[in-house]
Amino acid sequence: MDTEFDVLGFAELHSNLPYRNRQIDTLVALFGEPTQKTVSSIFIYGHTATGKTVLVTALLATLQVPHVVINCVECYTSSLLFEAILDNLSDHKPSAANGYSSVWHCDNLNDFLRLFRSLLEEKAKQGETVYVVLDKAERLQERDALLFAALLRLQELTGCNVCVILISELVWEKFSGAHGYEPLQMHFPDYSRGQLLDILCLECPSGHSKEFYRNYVSLLLSMFHLACRDLNELQYLAQLHFAEYCRPVTSGEANVDDIRKLWKNIEPHLKVALSTLYLRESSSCQVEETAHHLVKPGGATSLNISQTRANIEQPFYSKFLLIGAYLASYNPAKSDRRFFSRGRVGKRKKAIKTKTNAQLLGPKPFPLDRLLAIFYAIVDDKVAPTANIFTQVTSLVSLRLLSRTGADDQLDNVKYRCLVSFDDICSIGRSVRFDIIRYLYDYI
Amino acid sequence: MATNAYHDNGTDDTAGKTRQLLELIKCTAITSECNSALLIGPRGSGKTTILKSILQELDQIKEVKNNLLQVHLNGLVQRDDRTALKEIARQINLENTLGDHVFGSFSETLTFLLEALKSGGKSSVSILFVIEEFDLFAQHKNQTLLYNLFDISQSAQTPICVLGLTCRLDVIELLEKRVKSRFSHRQIHLCMTLSFKDYIEVFCLTLNLPTSFPDKKFAKAWNYHVKVLSTDALVQAVLQKLYNLNKSIRHLHMLLILPVCETSEARPYLTAADIANSYKNLGLDSKASMLHGLSVLEMCLIIAMNHLSQIYDRDPFNFEMVYSEYQKFVQKKSSVQNFEKAVIVKAFEHLQSLEFVLPLEGLASSRAQKEYTQMYLLIDPAQITDAVQKYAGLPTEIQHWARSSLC
Repeated sequence: MDTEFDVLGFAELHSNLPYRNRQIDTLVALFGEPTQKTVSSIFIYGHTATGKTVLVTALLATLQVPHVVINCVECYTSSLLFEAILDNLSDHKPSAANGYSSVWHCDNLNDFLRLFRSLLEEKAKQGETVYVVLDKAERLQERDALLFAALLRLQELTGCNVCVILISELVWEKFSGAHGYEPLQMHFPDYSRGQLLDILCLECPSGHSKEFYRNYVSLLLSMFHLACRDLNELQYLAQLHFAEYCRPVTSGEANVDDIRKLWKNIEPHLKVALSTLYLRESSSCQVEETAHHLVKPGGATSLNISQTRANIEQPFYSKFLLIGAYLASYNPAKSDRRFFSRGRVGKRKKAIKTKTNAQLLGPKPFPLDRLLAIFYAIVDDKVAPTANIFTQVTSLVSLRLLSRTGADDQLDNVKYRCLVSFDDICSIGRSVRFDIIRYLYDYI
Repeated sequence: MATNAYHDNGTDDTAGKTRQLLELIKCTAITSECNSALLIGPRGSGKTTILKSILQELDQIKEVKNNLLQVHLNGLVQRDDRTALKEIARQINLENTLGDHVFGSFSETLTFLLEALKSGGKSSVSILFVIEEFDLFAQHKNQTLLYNLFDISQSAQTPICVLGLTCRLDVIELLEKRVKSRFSHRQIHLCMTLSFKDYIEVFCLTLNLPTSFPDKKFAKAWNYHVKVLSTDALVQAVLQKLYNLNKSIRHLHMLLILPVCETSEARPYLTAADIANSYKNLGLDSKASMLHGLSVLEMCLIIAMNHLSQIYDRDPFNFEMVYSEYQKFVQKKSSVQNFEKAVIVKAFEHLQSLEFVLPLEGLASSRAQKEYTQMYLLIDPAQITDAVQKYAGLPTEIQHWARSSLC
């Protein structure tokens, strides 16, 4: 059906993008001959790293049809969008020579349509279809819904042979401002585990056999597949840990086929990587450095994590202030008397347990006076209310361990809330030998 | 063209309305009357198409062609009145005249333009203003353009005809009092009164190859195939379902595009299976397909949120509640792998970026911590049960958990 197009180029396209044959064929069928009119707009959706943008750009380049690819995150204002499209169509690249300027200055849709139409008639090329690809289309829609609706019917508004392709991760139902024009929808399904394995094996580094790399990748997938299906993340992990995986082979300790030994070597590293998935707490160089030191499995893993999430050491009173703030946030004010008064107040009847744990609902705001009252109650020695204590409160706010509610210019009745999590507070309490659980309302 | 047939096959009402509109524009052109009308109809009912066919017909009449200037405006394209005025100036070829003068108010500029037209020698040139997406113009500041246009149509300085096309039934309510009083209140309503028999005929007409097709033999065979297809029971069932959903022709085109594009030398004719397949694709649940691509951890979080919604009667929840629900499950079943809290936060944020959960107040405020913002789950429980069944490789404990509290 498309004998005009380069057959060789197509074969390369199919081999570079495996498991997308059906999508390529559908798109090629929709595009048809270059001079035929295509459908007015196509909407492509699918998860991250399912090959949407890469396929559309590669296909349009292989077919050698006039096209413009716009990333809606880059072009965050309408004028950037319009000028990018016009520049691309007139083969003008902003460079140092022309002062990074565009050919036309265009900031409203009316002028854009006029210039677009005149450009297309100039370039003509016997009326070939021009494709405008809008990547991350949801950003355009949330910014300017009417512009989005107008771009969907670009074909009708300009009367030219143009097709708009939208690429997004969200489903079409989330796009509300379409004003009645529905594009043709195309779903890019996610890759199954076997398909992920094949795609990752495409990137086998030179100097190693494909079989060896395949074993490595399947080990990696067995650990990470439960939590992560994102191809970008998996490729990053594969690259990061391959050197460590090969180390026993290069140092002569193990044979290429000795899978058990290789697995034993790489397992602790992968476990650490699993606990910090997506987080990028350490850069790739740091990971490679620490990999050398991580010879013993088991005990060393916790060391690594605490190194990366180092708690800032606090002065002694700051720790008590934090503990006081936590208690003030999570205990209701009425229970303060019971916990912090000197003499034992008579046992009240047990309060009815609320349906949801206060821990789950989040910290509540408390006034500064309450914090100081609790602070004096829990600190053993006599502390004078000097400016020292108050500045420590402010420094806790700037460290984002406390947050201030209310406007910044409000000087009296200041309220705070505590932003520290339960685990961190427990570790702080342990460091000053203060049993916080005894004072928490939810744990009585 | 198929769309012409649509209008002929409709009830006589449509033909009568077309006639009415035609006479209206003719009056403006020939006898220099001023008129205004609104064409109201739902999306896809053929407003623009009717107008185009009327204008084509009028082009044939020499008197009208010489005396009528057309200005086409669109609410989506001209987003404020200043741009609209420039566009009007350009369409009546008076942009040069306008460029030299600077005017303060809108109405002065507009009157100036119209005067300039008159002084061009032709004293009886009438202008037809076609305003698409009329309701968007009613949202401009002070509705200046509409006010001035209707004002001129009432005061009869220049013979103009203002035609508004809109899909909103209540467009009259949107107009200000002074604009409404100048409008002639002539509303023409178009409704889609296609019967199912006519729908099938439109189906045939859309697919038929015209007589101008170069390969006559193939055209004849193709048309014969289409006729056979329209009597096929499967195709009629699909068309009936589509007709019950949405009568517009655009929807029918959406059904037919892919099968037609995929015909090739190897498969030169459409089959009933193609059309049934295309209908199945149209009705694909996009959210379900996206649920299929989530990782197992994210799926567990969605199941936890589903349980929470059921226990607390669809009250909003926050991340900490979901986390504790997930931990309860993991502690019960030791074979399920547990992950660090930070990794689970990332998985939750991924769900938020896919808009499966959304915070209560729109954008999360910077003051509240992200673990404690209230969220809503935007997936139906039925969709979740479906997704759990279709999910490839979900461990059995998780499947049991998903089904457990649905009693």
